[in-house]
Amino acid sequence: MRAVRARVPVVLLIPAFIGLAFLVLPMVGLVIRAPWSTLVDQLATAEVGEALRLSLICATSATAICLVLGVPLAWMLARTELPGRRVARAFVTVPLVLPPVVGGVALLLVFGRRGVLGQYLDAWFGISLPFTTAGVVVAEAFVAMPFLVIAVEGALRGADPRFEEAAATLGASRWTAFRRVTLPTVAPGIAAGSVLCWARALGEFGATITFAGNYPGTTQTMPLAVYLALEQDPDSATVLSLVLLAVSIVILVSLRDRWIGTRA
Amino acid sequence: MTLQATLNVHIGSFVLTADVEVEPGTTLALLGPNGAGKSTALRALAGLRPLSSGMIELGGRLVDAPEKGVFVPPEQRSVGVVFQDYLLFGHMSAVDNVAFGLRARGMRKREANAAAAEWLDRVGLAAQARHRPRQLSGGQAQRVALARALAIQPDLLLLDEPLAALDAATRIQIRAQLRKHLDAYEGATVLVTHDPLDAMVLADRLLVVENGSVVQAGSPAEIAKRPRTDYIAALVGLNLYRGTADGVSIKLDDGGVLTTAHRIDGPVFVTFPPTAVSLHKTRPEGSPRNTWLAEVAGIEQHADTVRVRLTGTPDLLADVTTAAVAELRLTSGQQVWVTVKATETHAYPI
Repeated sequence: MRAVRARVPVVLLIPAFIGLAFLVLPMVGLVIRAPWSTLVDQLATAEVGEALRLSLICATSATAICLVLGVPLAWMLARTELPGRRVARAFVTVPLVLPPVVGGVALLLVFGRRGVLGQYLDAWFGISLPFTTAGVVVAEAFVAMPFLVIAVEGALRGADPRFEEAAATLGASRWTAFRRVTLPTVAPGIAAGSVLCWARALGEFGATITFAGNYPGTTQTMPLAVYLALEQDPDSATVLSLVLLAVSIVILVSLRDRWIGTRA
Repeated sequence: MTLQATLNVHIGSFVLTADVEVEPGTTLALLGPNGAGKSTALRALAGLRPLSSGMIELGGRLVDAPEKGVFVPPEQRSVGVVFQDYLLFGHMSAVDNVAFGLRARGMRKREANAAAAEWLDRVGLAAQARHRPRQLSGGQAQRVALARALAIQPDLLLLDEPLAALDAATRIQIRAQLRKHLDAYEGATVLVTHDPLDAMVLADRLLVVENGSVVQAGSPAEIAKRPRTDYIAALVGLNLYRGTADGVSIKLDDGGVLTTAHRIDGPVFVTFPPTAVSLHKTRPEGSPRNTWLAEVAGIEQHADTVRVRLTGTPDLLADVTTAAVAELRLTSGQQVWVTVKATETHAYPI
């Protein structure tokens, strides 16, 4: 072991450690500078509690929407021979690389009061999404859905389709086979995808602030609150950031132990 | 329920054609080398691959006929399938696996589970009912798969290499049990295998499939006795030649002459078992009619006998004792005299 370690070239080691420090230091800084003495009081303030509650509700709702729409979408991409499937897959990945602000602008153009669809939603149903809590959910779902779709599609591709054939020979319709055979098989992939999706939704900033604005209590989620607090009350911003960091770490640990580690 | 089918399936440049007819309560085996199209035939019968042309009729009901625009999907056919690797659902217990088909057909959970438990009992796995597939041995998994396929009481049972995934010891035991279950089953059974022993033990009739077409059909005994292709001859362990007979003398197509005991005329197949061959260092005097010089091309130990591959006119396989190998000091490339008694050969018309 010692002999092997001695052969590692310094030229690689030095940038490697600098890179590691670059990733770790900001998080350490957040922990060092956190106002530990007033932490509990800060967390208990109405604004923080409200932002936290709103964030959890919106991220969870967005994840629910992504599950209902994203799992069938992933199934379609993985299991059917529909024409244009490749193009569809390309479109699914666009929100991954699109700057979220651009996503927010695009959502405004479609769902805004005079948007492509928004004008009808407003005229026929009196529904207006922008600058509402529902708007936050829509913005988060738009940005986070690709994470779920890609994870579930990967799991579906890894699952042997012959199990669905076996189910069919036993008399199961395609829907029954999907529900009772395919879904349980890819459940770990769906769970992992959901957690990634939820985490992405929780951290969403650009699309949310563009499409839903920044109104405390209705559209001001944690990341928006952090940004706002940084100008007025840096301590509060640090506390909020610390909460988000804790959530990220919990997600990472749970993913590693439950899904990625044992199943991948 | 009689199965009657004219299968015709095109996959790229591969074409499978086979006429299949199975009476209720009987088993038909499709025997052939890997890639012969056996599994394709099974998938077509199950409805997992539509026919290109032809038809499948099960119990008087047309389930696939492209020319008439008829195609009944697998879930609406009364067909039970035991897949080669069983495809048990890993997230369900053995009893839930067996109950799956019954529940998919609308039976209540309680009744389905009771019926499934009964089936597991019948295949001797009552104690393993709550086990997950990964906790089962290969032989147990095979029996769960069989119970799952039989539980829906299908008109047609399809078995894809049902014993291929088992080790030798388990295989003998499961083969005997499978035979018993097939005897009790009232529907038609189609079995796919590349193992002649499985086919001989389990089937009432054999279809030998090579390169997508049926090359021989008949009862197992008939096929074992009168092989018509090199593949079957090798499977049943016979030396097989094609030739033209004139009385008791048969001129072989690939060179050489064999003498047989019974008169026959015209194009014939002629066979003799490797055990009927004797090898000698020098030309034997005044002995059997069939004597020729051959060269040893290979020597393999087969349990308590030694199989010697020889090239000559004609080529042949000979099974001799280890003692004979020692006495003759057989090595590759050595020349030996081969004798086969005329009474050991068997000739039949092409």
